[in-house]
Amino acid sequence: MRLRSLVAAAAVSALGISLAACGGSDSGDSSGGSGGDTTLTYWASNQGTSLDNDKQVLTPVLEKFTQETGIKVNLEVIGWNDLQTRIQTAITSGQAPDVVNIGNTWAASLQATDAFLPFDGDAMTAIGGKEKFVPTALATGGKEGTDPTSVPLYGLAYGMYYNKAMFAAAGLQPPKTWEEMVAAAKKLTNPAKNQYGMALAAGSYTENVHFAFINAAQNGAAWFDADGKPTFTGDGNVQGVLRYLDLMQKDKVANPSNAQYDNGTKSVNDFATKKVAMIINQNNADSSIAANGMKSSEYGVVAFPAPQGSADQTASHVAGINLSIFKNTKNKDAALKFVKYMTDATTQSTLGKPFASLPVLKDAKPVFTDNAEEAAIFSDIYNTKSKPLPLVPAEDQYESTVGKAMNSMFAKIATGGTVTAEDVKAALKTAEDQVAASS
Amino acid sequence: MRETKGFKIYRAAVLAVLGLFVLIPLYVMATSSLKPLRDVQGPFTWWPSNLTLTPFVDMWKTVPLGRYFVNSTIVSVVATVFSVAIAILAAFAVSRFRFRGRTVFSTTVLSTQMFPGVLFLLPLFLIFVNINNSTGLQLVGTRIGLIITYLTFSLPFSIWMLAGYFDSIPRELDEAAMVDGCGPMGALGRVVLPAARPGVIAVAIYSFMTAWGEVLFASVMTTEANRTLSVGLRQYSTQTNIYWNQIMAAALIVSVPVVIGFLLAQRHFVAGVTSGAVK
Amino acid sequence: MSVATHEAPAEPAAKPGNTKRGLERRPGLGRWLPYLLLAPAVLLELLIHIIPMLVGIWMSFVKLTKFYIANWSAAPWAGLGNYKVAVDFDNAIGEGLLKSFGVTVAFSLITVALSWVLGMAAAVALQPPFRGRSFVRTLFLVPYALPAYAGILTWNFMLQRDTGIVNHILVDNLGLSTDRPFWLIGSNALISLITVATWKLWTFAFLTLMAGLQSIPRDLYEAASVDGAGNLRQWRNITLPSLRPVNLVLVLVLFLWTFSDFNTPYVLFGTAQPPAGDLITFHIYNASFLTWNFGTGAAMSVLLLIFLMIVTGIYLLVTGRRSRRA
Repeated sequence: MRLRSLVAAAAVSALGISLAACGGSDSGDSSGGSGGDTTLTYWASNQGTSLDNDKQVLTPVLEKFTQETGIKVNLEVIGWNDLQTRIQTAITSGQAPDVVNIGNTWAASLQATDAFLPFDGDAMTAIGGKEKFVPTALATGGKEGTDPTSVPLYGLAYGMYYNKAMFAAAGLQPPKTWEEMVAAAKKLTNPAKNQYGMALAAGSYTENVHFAFINAAQNGAAWFDADGKPTFTGDGNVQGVLRYLDLMQKDKVANPSNAQYDNGTKSVNDFATKKVAMIINQNNADSSIAANGMKSSEYGVVAFPAPQGSADQTASHVAGINLSIFKNTKNKDAALKFVKYMTDATTQSTLGKPFASLPVLKDAKPVFTDNAEEAAIFSDIYNTKSKPLPLVPAEDQYESTVGKAMNSMFAKIATGGTVTAEDVKAALKTAEDQVAASS
Repeated sequence: MRETKGFKIYRAAVLAVLGLFVLIPLYVMATSSLKPLRDVQGPFTWWPSNLTLTPFVDMWKTVPLGRYFVNSTIVSVVATVFSVAIAILAAFAVSRFRFRGRTVFSTTVLSTQMFPGVLFLLPLFLIFVNINNSTGLQLVGTRIGLIITYLTFSLPFSIWMLAGYFDSIPRELDEAAMVDGCGPMGALGRVVLPAARPGVIAVAIYSFMTAWGEVLFASVMTTEANRTLSVGLRQYSTQTNIYWNQIMAAALIVSVPVVIGFLLAQRHFVAGVTSGAVK
Repeated sequence: MSVATHEAPAEPAAKPGNTKRGLERRPGLGRWLPYLLLAPAVLLELLIHIIPMLVGIWMSFVKLTKFYIANWSAAPWAGLGNYKVAVDFDNAIGEGLLKSFGVTVAFSLITVALSWVLGMAAAVALQPPFRGRSFVRTLFLVPYALPAYAGILTWNFMLQRDTGIVNHILVDNLGLSTDRPFWLIGSNALISLITVATWKLWTFAFLTLMAGLQSIPRDLYEAASVDGAGNLRQWRNITLPSLRPVNLVLVLVLFLWTFSDFNTPYVLFGTAQPPAGDLITFHIYNASFLTWNFGTGAAMSVLLLIFLMIVTGIYLLVTGRRSRRA
C-alpha cells in the first residue's frame, strides 16, 4: 500500500498534479448552470449508413428534446471501431460524457467498472418505470439480481434472410430446421460457378461469438456457470461451435472467402447483390440491403432454425444497443430526462425506421420495415426466442477469446485445414484458460 | 563502379523489380479511386471501365474529411515548428557546451526511442486528464494535447540528428562570430543555423511526417472535435458499406501534400539523416 | 560567475581527440545557458516520455482490471503477479505472449534483412549517374513519404482474396495457382505483414545507404579498378567496409522500428488479426484494451522494453560503437 502510493505520488507530483483528482469529471459543460443552461454530452453509436447519417437522423430528435426541456445536447457519433476504447478511456479518466450508447452485450462488463449510474428504484421511475420495457430487453441491462446500469434503446435480433426468387427457382420452402436450412443451402450452392447458399461473417469475432452462443444454446449449453466461472468446453458448446463451422467445412455452403469477412456488412452485401441466397443477420441488415438496391419484397425472413428435435429453439441473442449514464455526471436529472425521452414511444418510433431497430417497449409496433410479415417475425424472435448473452463481468473476454478462436478455426478451414471436435475443444479450452487467468 | 554490361543488366533488373514493387500500390490507389463502388467490390480490373470522379466528391460527405484535414494540418504544422525550435536549442547545447548531465541527457533522450508506445499510452492519457483537472488546461480531445505529444515524439531523433549536424560545422566559425561581438546565441543564429540548414529542413520533414502519420495515440486521444486523418480514414468502413473507392481517393488526397513536400526537400533530408550516422 | 568549482574546467587539451572548445569557456556566459537551452526539451521529455513510462511501470505492479479502472488509484498491489501471468508459458496468456514474441522476432529479422538488401541493391544500382537517375530516386522515396496508414490501407485492399490485385496477378494473369490464396488470414498473414512493412521500410534503408555511398571518395574505386578489381570485389572491399558505420546505425534503427511496429498490423488486420500476424505491440494493445487487463498489459510492455534494451545493449557492445555524444 505504502509503496504504491509513494511511487504514484512521486511520479505525479513531479508535475504538480494530483492523482486524487482522478475521479473528478468534466462533463462537457462544467459551468453546471441550473435549468435552462444545462448541456448534456451524448455519445451515440453508429447505427445508420455513416456517422454523418446518424447525426442527421438524431439532430432533429435532439432539438425536439431541447425545445421540450430547455436542456441542450452535445452529440458525438462514434464508430464501432472506436467506441469501446473511448468508453474505456472515459471510465479510466473520469472524463466522460453524461450519456452513452453501449453494445448491450457489454452491459455486465461495464457494470463491473462501477462507473455507471445504477437505475435503482428512483432512477427507474424517473425514466418511466421498468414496466415499459420488454422484459428480456431490460434483462440485458446488467447482472441478474442487480439494478441495471443500462436500459435498452434499440432492439435487434438475428433472423435468417432468404432470397425469395432463388428459393422459388429451386423449388424450396423457407427452412424450419437446421437440417432443412443446410439442405436448401446445398441445393443453392455451386462452387464451380462461385455460387454459394449462404454468406457468413466468419472473420468477425463479434459475429462468430454470437453464433457460438446461439448454437450452444440450442444444444442447451451455457458458457458460464452460476458463479460466473467459464464452462466453455462442455459437449453442447463444442458441438454447437462445430455445427456452425461445418457450414463452411463439411456442408461447404459458404464461400471460404467468408473467413475474411471481418464484419457483417460484407455478408449482407453478398446477399443484397444476390451472390448468395441466405444470410443470418440482425434486422438492421435491412438498411444495408436497401442501400444496396434490394427491395424488402424480394426477401423473406424466418427464425434461425435449431436442429430437428432440439428442445431449445433459441434463434438469437437479445441484441441491441443500451443507454447508460455515467455516474459522475453533474447533470443527473437532465440525463435521466434524456434517457426517458430517448426510450419513450414517440422517439422509439421516430428512430426505429432509420436505424432499422426493434422497439424495446412493450406493446410498441415495429416500424423498421414496411414488410408486415418480416416485422412480425422479428418481433416474435426478439420477444420469445432470444436469450441474453452471459450477464457476467467477464462477458467481454468471452466475446474476444471465443470469437477470435472461431476466427482462427474458420481461417484454418478456409485455407484447407480440418477442424475436428477435438480441435474445437482445445481452442475453447485455451479461451477458457484465458478468461479464468484474467478474472 | 564501372558501368560494365553486367552492371547494366543488374541495374535494369533492380529498377524493374523495385519499380513495380513501389508503383503497383500507387497505381491501385489511383485507379481504384476512379472506379464506382460496384466495381471496387467486384474482381480487380487493371483499368477502370467506368471512370468516375464521384469518389472524390462523395468522400467529403461520407466522413467529415475536411475537418480532419484541418486538424491534421494544424497539429502537424504547429508540432513541427515547436519541435524544430526546441530540438535546435537542445542540439546546440549538446554540441557546443560541456556541462554536467550532458551524457545522461543524450543517452536518456535517445533511449526513449525504445519505449513501446503501448506502455505509456494509457499513463500519458491519465496524466493529461490530471493536468486538466488540476489546471483546467484541456489536453485530451484538443489539438494542444496532440501537438505536445507529437512534437515530443520527434524530439529525440531530431536532437540527435541536429547535434550531429552541428558537430560537423567547424567551431572556428562560432569563434569568429564571437570575436565579432556575438553571444553564443548570436553564433547559433548567424553561423550555425545557416550552415545547418539542410539538417534543419530534414528535421522539419521528419517531425511533420511523424505527426501526420501517427495512429496509436490518435486512436485514443482524439475525439470527434480534434480527430486527425490517420484515424478518420477508418470511418469509410461503416455499418452498411466499405467505401473502398472513397478510401483510396482519400488516401491519395492525404498523401499528396506530404509526398510533394518530402520530394521537394528530399535532398536535404538525405543529407540530414546521414549526418549523424556517417561521421 | 567564475569557473565552477565542482565542474571540471573544460580544457580542450585535457582529453585527446576532444575538439570542443570555445563557447563554454567564455567567462561570464553563465553555466546555466546550456541548461536553459535544454529546458524545453527536458520538460517535454519528462511529461510525454519519462513520467508516463514510470507510471506505466507502476501500473505493471497493480491489479488494474475493469473492476478498478474507474478508480485506479485504489487498485490493489499485485506485486509480481502480472509478470508471473505474462511469463507463465504453461498458461494461456503466457503462451499467447510467447507465440506473439516468436512471430515478432521472425517478422523483424526478415523485414530488416529484406529492407536492407533491397535498399542496398537500389543504392548500388543508382550509384553511377545515368539518365533519369533523380527521377528513379524520387520515385523510390514515395513509399516512405506516404503516410503509413494510407499505404497500409491500400495494401489491405490489394490483399483481399476475391477482389485484390495480388490474387488477380498471381491467379488470373500469371496462373501460378488455381486456388485463390488468402493473404490476410491463416499463415500467409505473416508474409503479408513482412511485405507491407518492407514496402515502407526499404526506402528508408535506400535513402540512408545512398547518402552513405556519396561520402565514399571516388578515387578509392578508381584505384581498385586500376588493380583490376571487378564490381563485385569493389563492392565487397570498398563499399561494404566504408558503409560499416552507416550500417550499424541503420540496422539498429530498423530493428527497433519493426520490433515495435504497431501501425502495420493495426491498420492491415483491424479487429480480425490472425495468430500468424500477431505482432507483440498489437498483442499487448489487445491484452490491455480488449480484455481490460491494463496491469498485465503494462507488465508485458515492460518486458518488451527490457528485451529491447538488452538487445540494443548487446548490439552496441558487440559492434563496439558507442554513440559519440552518448
